[in-house]
Amino acid sequence: MADDVTEPKIRIRNLYKIFGEDPAAALAQVQAGASKAELLETSNHVLGLRDINLDIPAHGLQVIMGLSGSGKSTLIRHFNRLIDPTAGEILVDGEDVMAMNDTALRDLRRFKMSMVFQKFGLLPHRTVQQNVEYGVHIQGLSDDEAQRRAARWIDRVGLAGFEQHYPGQLSGGMQQRVGLARALATDADILLMDEAFSALDPLIRTDMQTVLLDLQAELQKTIVFITHDLDEALRIGDSIAILRDGEVVQAGDPQAIIMDPADAYITDFIKDINRAKVIRIRSIMVPGPGGGQGAPVRTSQTIEEILGVLHDSPDGVCPVIDKAGKTVGTISMNAVIGALESRKTAEVARYS
Amino acid sequence: MDFLTEFPSLGRRDLSALRQAIDGAFRNFTRAYGEGIEAFFDPLLRFMIWFERLLIHAPWPVVIAVLAGLAWLGSRSWKITAGTVAAFLAIGWLGMWENTMSTLAIISVATFLCIAIGIPIGILMARYNRAQTLITPVLDVMQTIPSFVYLIPVVMLLGIGKVPGLLAVCIYALPPIVRLTNLGIRLVDTEVLEAATAFGASTREKLWGVQIPLALPNIFAGVNQTIMMALSMVVIASMIGVQGLGVPVLRAISNQYLALGLMNGLAIVALAIIFDRVSQTYGKRLQSYKDQGHG
Ligand SMILES: Nc1ncnc2c1ncn2[C@@H]1O[C@H](COP(=O)(O)OP(=O)(O)OP(=O)(O)O)[C@@H](O)[C@H]1O
Ligand SMILES: [Mg+2]
Repeated sequence: MADDVTEPKIRIRNLYKIFGEDPAAALAQVQAGASKAELLETSNHVLGLRDINLDIPAHGLQVIMGLSGSGKSTLIRHFNRLIDPTAGEILVDGEDVMAMNDTALRDLRRFKMSMVFQKFGLLPHRTVQQNVEYGVHIQGLSDDEAQRRAARWIDRVGLAGFEQHYPGQLSGGMQQRVGLARALATDADILLMDEAFSALDPLIRTDMQTVLLDLQAELQKTIVFITHDLDEALRIGDSIAILRDGEVVQAGDPQAIIMDPADAYITDFIKDINRAKVIRIRSIMVPGPGGGQGAPVRTSQTIEEILGVLHDSPDGVCPVIDKAGKTVGTISMNAVIGALESRKTAEVARYS
Repeated sequence: MDFLTEFPSLGRRDLSALRQAIDGAFRNFTRAYGEGIEAFFDPLLRFMIWFERLLIHAPWPVVIAVLAGLAWLGSRSWKITAGTVAAFLAIGWLGMWENTMSTLAIISVATFLCIAIGIPIGILMARYNRAQTLITPVLDVMQTIPSFVYLIPVVMLLGIGKVPGLLAVCIYALPPIVRLTNLGIRLVDTEVLEAATAFGASTREKLWGVQIPLALPNIFAGVNQTIMMALSMVVIASMIGVQGLGVPVLRAISNQYLALGLMNGLAIVALAIIFDRVSQTYGKRLQSYKDQGHG
């Protein structure tokens, strides 16, 4: 079953979470259509998550986004059952996490999933070395193996020389590198990251994103990454799910979300992004046999990256090639300009 | 009118019957179980006698050397170690060596007992809210009830001697270590604990690897408090037959010997200061990882 490539790594089905005294009773109300605000008013229960369905493919980087309080942390904590759902199914590699007993659940957390936390969650009384060894020790491996792995990952995240420091002696960015090394040292397939970079300042944050992308290119793990920063989501996500009040409003390819936002909430969400930097040629090209007098551009490039080439083309059209170098379509100056105007501004222009 | 000015109390006869009934019941209990309970404490009694003899009969330079060694191990401070040596030399020179050794013996045993009982109870309270709600009022009573009140049943049950004295000391000195263990564990950062859970740590691995180590500074504050409270019970314990510095203090009170009372009282204070400084500096060293700042 694990070899089946189409099987998602993590599959969430009809997941509900309600906080309060009697979640079961509140669940009926929610399933009958009560909103988060109504539920809070009538029965003093907090709707954490409502009817979440999400498939996360193996080796991908799934981003979960949403404003504060939208249920991101609640959702990611269901994957390793730090939180029990009120209703619904969680399958990891096809296995029902809800059906697991204590031992199976502990093994899932030890061997299959590791986690990086927003506030780092490092053990303050242990050194960097000992912190990174932590998960490996819990797995029951030998001290030698733990030391070897810790040394490797500490080096890999760029903290060589700091092994004997305590977390309190490190900057935020360095502490989060320790958190990342600790999670990687267990060799788990799945990496859960709850706002792992949110506590870092912008420069260090970009730096950490690069570290993560480099590692991911090499390790091909399944990563679930939570953020409330759209730029971060677009930079690293293979797929994005956007939450609002505990519901998934839109999920899928980041390009599709930018080009075709599902509703006003998402439109609002994406209105401030730099579209030239995030929209890729593949989502705005005209598929076909090719043409145009300009130099070829690649599907994976962003508008910003090809503007110069397109401008130099005599007829304002360039052929588009894919990874393999095969021509798959054309891109025109008009298409680029159209894409740069967000939907809302385009509409305003139309009616004025 | 009588009803308002005179409290409608139980009649004198009823009241005395009630008291007699309670006294009688407890006396019967003592008769039935007293010996069994005494036998239960017998090993403890023997250990205390052995330990006290050991301290008294060992050559004094050895005792001082051992105490100095312990002070050094605990505090890593020359000042505190030198102070310890000086204090014990003065105590011996002023003729209080034996009594001080007796007091040291009972305080050590009481502290050890309180730690052995108190820390597990504290862990239990931290673990289960229900245990906390049940045990907290008991601790309140133990700390506020006048010692003389619980001396009565203890003496009725076990007579006069070391074991009832030890019990009296422990009843008074136990609460702080329990409270601070509970508090220390509850104050551990939830995010750190969640991280441990997320890595698959079992309840026991979390307790020993995360909660206890991070609660240690508080637990140590509890040990420190327990020692201080045990020392403050020395005089009362000597009323029920515990040897030590309390005995001359009692004698001084009944005969108005100012100097005798003062000297023995100061010896108790000296012990308190030594214990306090050593355990506090040790507690501080336990959290040295906090003070190192950005390196
Ligand atoms: N233990 C709890 N008891 C009651 N309500 C809770 C609990 N945990 C979360 N909630 C509620 O569930 C909702 C979602 O919270 P959650 O922490 O998942 O949000 P989030 O998207 O992670 O927000 P943030 O960006 O601020 O971290 C909030 O309304 C919150 O108040
Ligand atoms: Mg959160």
